Amino acid sequence: MASEAFALETAAAEAGTLRRVAIDPVSRVEGHGKVTLLLDANDEVQQVRLHIVEFRGFEKFIQGRPYWEVPVMVQRLCGICPVSHHLAAAKALDHVVGAEKLPASAEKLRRLMHYGQILQSHALHFFHLSSPDLLFGFASDAGRRNIVGVAAAYPEVAKQGVLLRKFGQEVIRLTAGKRVHGTGAIPGGVNRALSPAERDGLLADIDQIVDWSRAAVHIVKRLHAADPPLYDSFGTFRSNILSLVGADGALDFYDGRLRARDADGKILVDGFAVENYQQLIHEEVKPWSYMKFPFLAALGPRDGWYKVGPLARVQNCDSIATPLAEGERREFIDHGQGRLIHAPLAYHWARMIEMLHAAETIKDLLHDDDLSGSELSCSGTRRHEGVGVIEAPRGTLIHHYRVDDDDLVTMCNLIVSTTHNNQPMNEAIRRVARRYLNGRQLSEGLLNHIEVAIRAFDPCLSCATHALGKMPLQLELQDAAGQVIARMRSAS
Amino acid sequence: MSLAPVVILACGNPSRGDDALGPMLLDRLQDWLACEGLSTGFELIGDFQWQVEHALDLAGRRLALFLDAGQRTPAPWVLRQVLALATPTPSTHALSPEAVLAVLARIGQPAPPTFVLGVAGERFELGEGLSAAASRHAEGAFALLQALCRTPRVDAWQALATGEPGGFVRWSARDAQ
Repeated sequence: MASEAFALETAAAEAGTLRRVAIDPVSRVEGHGKVTLLLDANDEVQQVRLHIVEFRGFEKFIQGRPYWEVPVMVQRLCGICPVSHHLAAAKALDHVVGAEKLPASAEKLRRLMHYGQILQSHALHFFHLSSPDLLFGFASDAGRRNIVGVAAAYPEVAKQGVLLRKFGQEVIRLTAGKRVHGTGAIPGGVNRALSPAERDGLLADIDQIVDWSRAAVHIVKRLHAADPPLYDSFGTFRSNILSLVGADGALDFYDGRLRARDADGKILVDGFAVENYQQLIHEEVKPWSYMKFPFLAALGPRDGWYKVGPLARVQNCDSIATPLAEGERREFIDHGQGRLIHAPLAYHWARMIEMLHAAETIKDLLHDDDLSGSELSCSGTRRHEGVGVIEAPRGTLIHHYRVDDDDLVTMCNLIVSTTHNNQPMNEAIRRVARRYLNGRQLSEGLLNHIEVAIRAFDPCLSCATHALGKMPLQLELQDAAGQVIARMRSAS
Repeated sequence: MSLAPVVILACGNPSRGDDALGPMLLDRLQDWLACEGLSTGFELIGDFQWQVEHALDLAGRRLALFLDAGQRTPAPWVLRQVLALATPTPSTHALSPEAVLAVLARIGQPAPPTFVLGVAGERFELGEGLSAAASRHAEGAFALLQALCRTPRVDAWQALATGEPGGFVRWSARDAQ
């Protein structure tokens, strides 16, 4: 792995002889990302970097606030996965209030909220952000490559995407109390149960949701089957993988212990307690990006970086507890023919398996009477520190807080899913740049190949600032002195 | 519960300086509508950003208004009528109001007459409050929102916007009075 990794991170040629291409900001990812490519006189790629150009400072924003505000405040970190931050913070602060084991009703209501989040996020990513590329082709007309284009050509697929997303949002609304800025999870439990009427409302639709989720897996499988060389090789690189797994080794998005495998699938670490994450994971800072580069401490920065998210989770676990998703997982694993699948485009396949699992799990939970239970929270011996880890839609999410005797947060450390995937995303776009861009006249379609590789990871690069007129797609071609030679910009 | 004939969708992050304009104005409008006894005619929806499912919030309405802070919006605000995107362009996780309308059309639902009120903001940094300029713009925008809610008819809203669909119109507090 180390021999290939990091190639193209730093140009070997002298900077003055190169010209720079910037994709700024990257479209259809959350927040503000920028990709720069340095090309030599022959259009050969010499350096490729994914930069994160906005620094959030969210951890400092949280310091000094009362701990009980935190599960609500952290939702403002991200407009795409606020529930993930809400739950990770609540889990961390469970330890602060001494709630070491939540009542069954509280944990199941949180799980329902979280699986609703997984469902809606994965539906959004596949149907809205990625299916345009996958259904029309990476270099197809840019005007078609979006959800509206999909809707025109595949109206049923588009409609299902909207309704799957809507269902997931409804699960969140009912468990969190509101569509946004929910307050459902509190340190030590939850503050509301599901009423029978609310549960019946969700049950009325859940079989359809499971069916559509299953159909979505089949769409992805057909895409893979239609062009195996593309799907198996596009941007492919080998790496370690990391995720939570449940106590029985099964896929678990809400709770568990950390497991890491090497690129061949051999288990490196298993059953690692999440509160000790700082012993397992270190982070490297590089001068050209605000986003850190995490790695497994025992292996060091060159060999210890790893993938997280659906592709890691589906292969890291031993099984999936719901039958339809487990059947799909086995088929996915078989596709690897005994090896880990590292292809970035396989993220989409794994993501849809996870969406199916989320739908099945929601169905199971809705039939569980604990959802209407009355014991919703607990507490115990007060502590000053807590770590909460969940598997967010994009991967492992770590929240860590220290709280003083006045109940104020004195330290906050967050490692978000996209940060774990920082090095993998850089590696993927370097592979793509070398394969598709080397020596060729750049076009929007070719540059979109870079974005397709990034989007496979479903990165969430910043948070929810989104004012009207922001975030158009910009492509800039600059000379070595930084002068803009040409610029392309979308109208959105 | 019957569907309110008018939906107002505001988005923004309350912790991001002037990005709070949308949710702040929505909260204020909710209180005002209650005081005026007008709440039943309106559904107010707040979110971080507009997404595909918001298309379903538009279905069956008589009028719709999107409300947001605008970084490049001419001060103090802009009111314009919008139509579904005819030629979609690359997008981000967040949709424009025009793209939300296009999603609605593509799933076979007619779109209500839809307007966008963009309120000019200046600073969008984490942890900041509203800038002084945004606070001034918010006052004028709220007066306009009151006028819109007192006359929830498409012709009245078009008269307030006055421009061609999709065109930008500059407003001042005096115009809204």
